[in-house]
Amino acid sequence: METIWFWLVACMLVTYVIFDGFDFGAGIVHFLVARTDAERRVVLGTIGPVWDGNEVWLLAAGGTLYFAFPALYASSFSGFYLPLTMVLWLLILRGASIEFRNHVESPVWHPLWDAGFAVASALLAIFFGAALGNVVRGVPLDASGEFFLPLWTDWTPGKSPGILDWYTVLAGLAALAALALHGALWVALKTSGEIEARARRAAGIVWWGVLAFVTLLTLASFTIQPRLQASFAARPWGWLFPLLAVAALLAVWGMNRRSRERGAFLASSLFLAAMLVSAAFGLYPCVLPSNGDPALSLTIANASAAQYGLRIGLVWFIPGMLLAALYFRYAYRSFAGKVHVE
Amino acid sequence: MDALTIHRLHFAFTVTFHYLFPQLTMGLALLILILKTMALRTGNPHYASAARFWAKIFAINFAMGVVTGIPMEFQFGTNWSRFSKAAGGVIGQTLAMEGVFSFFLESSFLGALLFGEKRLGPKAHWFTALLVFLGSWMSGFLIVATDAWMQHPAGYAVGAHGEMLLTSFWGLLLNPWVGWQYVHTMTGSVVTASVVMAAVGAFYLLTGRHQEHGRTFVRLGVIAGIAATIVMLFPSGDGQGRNIAWNQPVTLAAMEGLFSTQQGAPLAILGQPDMDRRQLDNPLVIPRALSFLTYQSWKAEVKGLDSFPPQNWPDSVPLLYYSYHIMVGLGTIFIALLALAAFSLWRGSLYHSRPLLWLLMMLLPFPYIANTAGWITAELGRQPWLIYGVMRTPAGVSAQVSSGNALFTLIGFLGIYTILAILFLFLVYREIEEGPEHAAEV
Repeated sequence: METIWFWLVACMLVTYVIFDGFDFGAGIVHFLVARTDAERRVVLGTIGPVWDGNEVWLLAAGGTLYFAFPALYASSFSGFYLPLTMVLWLLILRGASIEFRNHVESPVWHPLWDAGFAVASALLAIFFGAALGNVVRGVPLDASGEFFLPLWTDWTPGKSPGILDWYTVLAGLAALAALALHGALWVALKTSGEIEARARRAAGIVWWGVLAFVTLLTLASFTIQPRLQASFAARPWGWLFPLLAVAALLAVWGMNRRSRERGAFLASSLFLAAMLVSAAFGLYPCVLPSNGDPALSLTIANASAAQYGLRIGLVWFIPGMLLAALYFRYAYRSFAGKVHVE
Repeated sequence: MDALTIHRLHFAFTVTFHYLFPQLTMGLALLILILKTMALRTGNPHYASAARFWAKIFAINFAMGVVTGIPMEFQFGTNWSRFSKAAGGVIGQTLAMEGVFSFFLESSFLGALLFGEKRLGPKAHWFTALLVFLGSWMSGFLIVATDAWMQHPAGYAVGAHGEMLLTSFWGLLLNPWVGWQYVHTMTGSVVTASVVMAAVGAFYLLTGRHQEHGRTFVRLGVIAGIAATIVMLFPSGDGQGRNIAWNQPVTLAAMEGLFSTQQGAPLAILGQPDMDRRQLDNPLVIPRALSFLTYQSWKAEVKGLDSFPPQNWPDSVPLLYYSYHIMVGLGTIFIALLALAAFSLWRGSLYHSRPLLWLLMMLLPFPYIANTAGWITAELGRQPWLIYGVMRTPAGVSAQVSSGNALFTLIGFLGIYTILAILFLFLVYREIEEGPEHAAEV
């Protein structure tokens, strides 16, 4: 039962990253692909009707994590207190920027919110990447399963690390690159003309950044977190996921060159999913590793809620998710096609 | 200030600010549905443009509700981790259900409500208004159910390490505390939306603009408002009061400012609790009325604060007393004023009665104050418990988050929310200035 919920929460987070990832990415490349005020309105138009729904995946994943693994939720949210609060502030800035930009016609109003949108999107991508880096690296858990990390210490992932060290910064940059690529491919898919051409060019350049950062990150991850090696050695079929990620990344390159926009975007989604599933597979059954005594790690066994709650949760969760999928299908179908300047 | 105080202020401030927005949108979702229904039944485009105008106000409020709502879910983990670790297996259920059942529904169909009128046609567009209404009212239910469990825990057992285990899903959802509190909360939201609608209508009539829409807003606002305020008093306020009398008698004593146990207890209308002398200063009371309201008997004994050990008293009796009296006092004034306006509406003179229109317009901020005071009453009344009778408030805080870190983020939220409030007022004022006739069909 805990294993089912581990993978359900992982799937929700993957869905969140794929969906909200492209609208973060649109924000990251906002100033690169759109030069005029009208073009920027188009870029915002590619996410306008769906970004709020995409962000619901974060809330729903958070809620699911809360009831399925309360000890993990409590420990990680309080331990990462400062960066998580900053994430909230950035989410507020980003939401306000998207929603309020087009309310007032003024040459000072639009650039203000465009900048808010771009900066918040880029910083959020880095924060989320660094957060994942922290989880993979491990944190100094005590016997009660709690920890508190300062923002930085000596920038090395040793025994007393900060939230930011060279490894988690690398993870943040890899996330920034991967989501910039994902967003550029989305913008290319949803626009036409100049914006589409610039987005495709941007994707072609950013792709090399993704390749470089992700390669470095993967090597570093296997060095820093021995659990990864152990997991893949114990269950070699798991190599399928990293291989899938490599194949998807190559497919992105090929399809973007041949202007197959939908294929390139889907391949990028597959790439993000395969990377995240690889990380989850490598950590399983651990949900938050200790960077000291391995026995202090939070696992699906010691962090999960009671059996009855997990069982009853499945009863409403499955129909609830099917309904959510139906709503999403409706929302995206009524938003099909390219966005044009009006 | 110690860390506990800062963490409490942190939650109190962010949740109070957040609830300024859902309390309008939940009620407004119902009023928009009513306008859409009238548009569908009469075929009169006037009602469709009225609904469109309020949908724009709804959207601004909804965006504010979303951006200030995400921090609420996160704060359970960041600032109240020991509470979350202990109770997450229970209340995580309702919070996760809110995301899965309400937020997906609302976020998927709000876009269609705002931008799909031409494309969808009147019937399908009416349906999106219905779905947004259902989503927001379901969200209200799941949050009230979460709070109800903290007020009156049910359907759980305590595990080996002090963690709470869910034992009955229906016990959690159909907690006896939920019923009246849900009705009371939602009608409170309808009061806010109705008064805001009537106030905007009165503003238009008084300034001689958008006359036809102004009349519709005043009419719908007054009728929905008087209906909702009456339900607030009876049966939901009465039922909620009896819930408290049975399950939190010490809270009842503190709310009413009743220091000593007595038969035929009086109902205090005004007065200031004096915690040193343990008495109510300058009391204005209705003799025996508290006994009657609580137990339907003029002579019944009502337990005062002296019947309970002081460590179980709510930790701020005067603030609790004032919040409660502000809520009830304003509620009474709403009933009187809206009844007067409804009578004048029935006589056909409301649209021309400038004094009454002035009153309606000036009423605008007061339902917000009353709803906020109501929630302060509920949550201060729960003190000194985080989970009533089970976990004391200091036991639930994130002990590893120091007061300095907590103060840093509290100051940050104060600053950000101040900016958001200014933006919000500016944008809503622009929409009201622009008026319903400019709300073109899209």
